[in-house]
Amino acid sequence: MADATPKPRPKRVILPRQPMPEQPPQVRVGNFREVPFGLTPDLAILEASRCTQCKNPLCVKGCPVSVQIPEFIDLVAKGKFIEAARKIKETNALPAVCGRVCPQEEQCEMPCVLGKKGEPVAIGRLERFVADFERVTGNVEIPRVGAPTGKRIAVVGAGPAGLTVAGDLVQIGHDVTIFEALHKPGGVLMYGIPEFRLPKAIVQAEVDYIRKLGAKLECNAVIGKSITIDELLDEEGFDAVFIGTGAGLPYFMNIPGENLIGVYSANEYLTRANLMKAYLFPESDTPLNKATNVAVVGGGNVAMDAARTAKRMGAKNVYLVYRRSKKEMPARVEEVHHAEEEGIEFHLLTNPIGYHGDDESRVIEVECQKMELGEPDASGRRRPVPMKGSEYKLPVDTVIVSIGNGANPLVPSTTPGLDTNKWGNILADQETGKTSKKGVFAGGDIVIGAATVILAMGAGRKAAAAIHEYLKTGAW
Amino acid sequence: MFPIIETKEIAKNVYLQRIQAPRVAKKRKAGQFLVLRRTENGERIPLTIVSSDVGEGSVTIIFQAVGKSTTEFARMQPGDAYLDVVGPLGLATHIEKFGTVVGIGGGIGAAPLLPIATAIKEAGNRLLSIVGARTKDLLILEDEMRAISDEIVITTDDGSYAKKGFVTTALQEFLDRGEKIGLCIAIGPVPMMRAVAEVTRPHGIKTMVSLNPIMVDATGMCGACRVTVGGTTKFVCVDGPEFDGHQVDFKELVMRNRAYLREEKVAMERIEHKDGKCMGGATTPAGGGN
Repeated sequence: MADATPKPRPKRVILPRQPMPEQPPQVRVGNFREVPFGLTPDLAILEASRCTQCKNPLCVKGCPVSVQIPEFIDLVAKGKFIEAARKIKETNALPAVCGRVCPQEEQCEMPCVLGKKGEPVAIGRLERFVADFERVTGNVEIPRVGAPTGKRIAVVGAGPAGLTVAGDLVQIGHDVTIFEALHKPGGVLMYGIPEFRLPKAIVQAEVDYIRKLGAKLECNAVIGKSITIDELLDEEGFDAVFIGTGAGLPYFMNIPGENLIGVYSANEYLTRANLMKAYLFPESDTPLNKATNVAVVGGGNVAMDAARTAKRMGAKNVYLVYRRSKKEMPARVEEVHHAEEEGIEFHLLTNPIGYHGDDESRVIEVECQKMELGEPDASGRRRPVPMKGSEYKLPVDTVIVSIGNGANPLVPSTTPGLDTNKWGNILADQETGKTSKKGVFAGGDIVIGAATVILAMGAGRKAAAAIHEYLKTGAW
Repeated sequence: MFPIIETKEIAKNVYLQRIQAPRVAKKRKAGQFLVLRRTENGERIPLTIVSSDVGEGSVTIIFQAVGKSTTEFARMQPGDAYLDVVGPLGLATHIEKFGTVVGIGGGIGAAPLLPIATAIKEAGNRLLSIVGARTKDLLILEDEMRAISDEIVITTDDGSYAKKGFVTTALQEFLDRGEKIGLCIAIGPVPMMRAVAEVTRPHGIKTMVSLNPIMVDATGMCGACRVTVGGTTKFVCVDGPEFDGHQVDFKELVMRNRAYLREEKVAMERIEHKDGKCMGGATTPAGGGN
């Protein structure tokens, strides 16, 4: 008997988004190893096959450095992982970093058509997978660079913006030297973002790639102190300078007791832990308070990093004190989720108003005040308003203040003719990075204030193009 | 790498070291410091630059071996090298014609005082110096300070050499004989700087002190070195290291410098047990006082 029902039109099967295996929370809080293991080749191919290869790929528009996303994903789906990595590297010199720390959910993955009904293609995880595959299998290829142009560019700061500028310009054939103030390159990737979220060996490998392209690197060079911008241009023979010094001046709240022992800026806490490897003390020389109860003040990604680092440093209780509600937190959803899984205790709509110490001036408690949300403020988020009589105390032996960073004045204050805004950020054209001083470009956090790795890289990309143009024409 | 040119013990457990660091040598001015790191797992230690030789491309530091890192620094000899030397950092001393200037160096503090006093003298000031130490064995730079001073008084707390007493005793004598002092610069242990500031305060004599808090990056990025001056928080690494001694919260500074005493002990015990194998630990940053 023939089947009476008409055959349904073959319908494209949309697979669910493939999960990325990771260390279980109870295990990972006891170590500094990376939390997710990354996709396996099989999972990567499955995930890549979800991509519908849109004719008008919105994902690319969502990427600050315009990675050719459908093209690289198509290569992954075909199992051509090395080719996929090289496709990404045409526009992004740091794919293993970006695949880990970019907020894809607000960028490439947000406009993905699959996200309209289900979950978007895991573009970030695929980027991470191919970059790792290329590196781990020893297939990193150094592309041929352009013929020497005879032009020299000084890049100030070996963070995401500076590395991008250096990578782009050296490929064209320019002679690039990167000056880094710390003893290791990478900027926030090295001192700020913890090992468990971005392994330092990966940062090192990506920096090595830029160096293999031909960029020179000089560490321990504090521009503004060791050498000034004017000296770079007038005495050291550089034709152009790019300033990518980042947002490296920690804000404090100026509340009583903030200078007690045990109250750190997130920059200090994370620098001790990451760059100086305090978690290895006494094998490593730099110590960090041994804490049982830690309060982290703030709700951004840096606050999550600090809280999760404190947990791994052995703290029993880590309280995250944030003055707004969870909805307003600037941290990525994934980071908040990881923090919650690891047992970070959230004290939301709560603000510290002071710290108390013992007779050795070591912090012993934080005094908090409950807040409620009022009218929206300049940022569009509802302004937190203190609730009278809601004060309470939390016993703590370490506090990590993570409420943001301002512009470090070392470069602007020693560079005549370089204009800044009232917060000390360098004034630079958004499209070109041109500053008020001829031959000097700037980009990243030092211009826009503390933001993301990829935005700094996007600014670096634009500045590199503008620098190249300037060196060709001399026009300012 | 930054090779050692010379290491010598100039007083008990106090070392002078000359290091090849051409960029720092070329740029440094009186009052500035540098940051040193010896090994991959080493900590960043700030120390005042005592002098530099641009021709040789070298800088000279003087430090006391008080913790793990400075003890290891002291063992370094020509042929060894620092992994990292960063500088010059901090603001240079403000030099002008003040008239009569009293320069006070207590203990290891004579080392940071020397370049400042030299610059003060070269600017045409009359320089009265007081160099003090707990005991004769710890006295440093007597000849160097004598050479640039219009008058110098040496003091030892225990009377084992020269004048018995504290540097403040000698300072009081300058005041008692009616010296019109335009500026006082005091560098040394925190209690000494505080005591000097209290002596000059009633006379309204501007008194600058050079602070040596714990630092990490020393470029303004971390805030470890924050100190309260005149009721506001300053970062010693970028806003200092010199501040108005009448405005500094010395009590807070003393406390903050004790933050890692336990860890320093652990580190020192390790180095003593390993006897020179140098496996890790901690020390008082700025052991030499910057």
